[in-house]
Amino acid sequence: MAYSDKVLDHYNHPRNVGSLDKSSADVGTGMVGAPECGDVMKLQIKVNDANGIIEDAKFKTFGCGSAIASSSLATEWLKGKTVDEALQIKNTDIVNELSLPPVKIHCSVLAEDAIKAAISDYRTKQASKTAPVPAQTVA
Amino acid sequence: MKTPIYLDNHATTQMDKRVLSAMLPYFTEYFGNAASRNHEFGWVAEQAVDKARKQIADLIGASPKEIIFTSGATESNNLAIKGVAEMYAEKGNHIITAATEHKAVLDTCKKLEKHGYRITYLPLKGDGLIDLEMLKDSFTDKTILVTIMYANNEIGVIQPIAEIGKMCRERGVLFHTDGVQAIGKVPVNVNTDNIDIMSITAHKLYGPKGVGALYVRRKSPRVQLTAQMDGGGHERGMRSGTLNVPGIVGLGEACAIAQREMPEEMVRLRGLRDRLKSKLEAGLDEVFINGSMEHRLPHNLNMSFLYVEGESLLMGINDVAVSSGSACTSATLEPSYVLKALGLGDDLAHSSIRFGIGRFNTEEEIDYVADKMIDVVSKLRELSPLYEMVREGIDLSTVQWAAH
Repeated sequence: MAYSDKVLDHYNHPRNVGSLDKSSADVGTGMVGAPECGDVMKLQIKVNDANGIIEDAKFKTFGCGSAIASSSLATEWLKGKTVDEALQIKNTDIVNELSLPPVKIHCSVLAEDAIKAAISDYRTKQASKTAPVPAQTVA
Repeated sequence: MKTPIYLDNHATTQMDKRVLSAMLPYFTEYFGNAASRNHEFGWVAEQAVDKARKQIADLIGASPKEIIFTSGATESNNLAIKGVAEMYAEKGNHIITAATEHKAVLDTCKKLEKHGYRITYLPLKGDGLIDLEMLKDSFTDKTILVTIMYANNEIGVIQPIAEIGKMCRERGVLFHTDGVQAIGKVPVNVNTDNIDIMSITAHKLYGPKGVGALYVRRKSPRVQLTAQMDGGGHERGMRSGTLNVPGIVGLGEACAIAQREMPEEMVRLRGLRDRLKSKLEAGLDEVFINGSMEHRLPHNLNMSFLYVEGESLLMGINDVAVSSGSACTSATLEPSYVLKALGLGDDLAHSSIRFGIGRFNTEEEIDYVADKMIDVVSKLRELSPLYEMVREGIDLSTVQWAAH
């Protein structure tokens, strides 16, 4: 299979690889996929409490080159966006940007799912922070 | 050293220049039809075919009359299985095969199932070997054929062919083996191995593509096959069609070279394979060998690099030609059915790489590939959330995955 230049670029120079403190209240973590399916994406966002802007994003991906590129691109796009803006990122945007072939569309879907999962995790944490519940225990 | 480096010799092999030289005159100068009995052109072609028949027979301990030329192993497998099924239909309708056979065998068996035949697909043990006790229990009074490959194309595991053949012989059941990965690579002898029918192809042993053969035993037992193509009745009536003389000459020459050089080549390739294996094992943790190392082709290595996905690994070593059992590299998006049949989880299958070392590989190439693999696997593990989790002490089997 021939890969687009952009996929190759992200594969060779992945952006924002790493991990954020998943126990921190301003970090949202999304983990999607399964090893049996051949891809697992972990995507994390760090949100500025004051203005709701995503200050940092990190990823780690087990998967094919297109899955790595999709998640790498997602972290680039997330930084600087508000959480609401981030929810507007669609898998088709990723497909277009990376020129993914039809057989690799599921990689972009996974990246969109990872974004949504990370935001959902962040929002859950924020909600529990304001609610009168015992201090969060770290897994 | 030239790149890309070819380490996919189970898929096909580079043709040996000596094979090409032997073939060339038969395209232009000696172009006759081997079936033309009444002139010099035909005689020359027939002589060349006879020589090749003997070269092939010699390599496998057969008689030249037992060699039927075909277009390759897919045709040979089809002819063997369907030919037996049709010829011996009155005797029975049961065939035994294994889950890790090549698709040319499995899909042929599936086709027969639709026509009322009963097929037993034997599971494999974890090391990729047939369970002989299970085979023994699978015979019925309707069994007419057992078809089990000599050596597997993915994991290189060599089956106990002589024992399987013996069991078949004792029960009056025919034994076919797809020999393509083993012939010319390890000693194969149709008599000591108790083989009745065997598929052969030229391009896996440094010969041309598009030509193969079927060994069909003539004595004790005398095997008969129903032809699958109708025509001029060539090849003892089992396979009609004008013989591909240059291709056949190439197959013959490839067999002759293999026979001469096998003792030395086996040792050299095993040395390269073991060098690759020990370098990878020294340079990386969490690697896993798929299939028995003891019962294995000397030039095969199949390894899973845990927590790294196969296609992304191939992308990183794009100047090395190997293959992966990962779903992402297959047309069907399913991981290798061979690795799954060994009981490997899909995750291990997704992480597997098959190295097939061949006649033209050098030690320098092996060292380059080993270094590159170590480099790329390490880099991808830095990217792998699974590797991170394992490092944190998380047991991945206890994680609830959001499957998609």
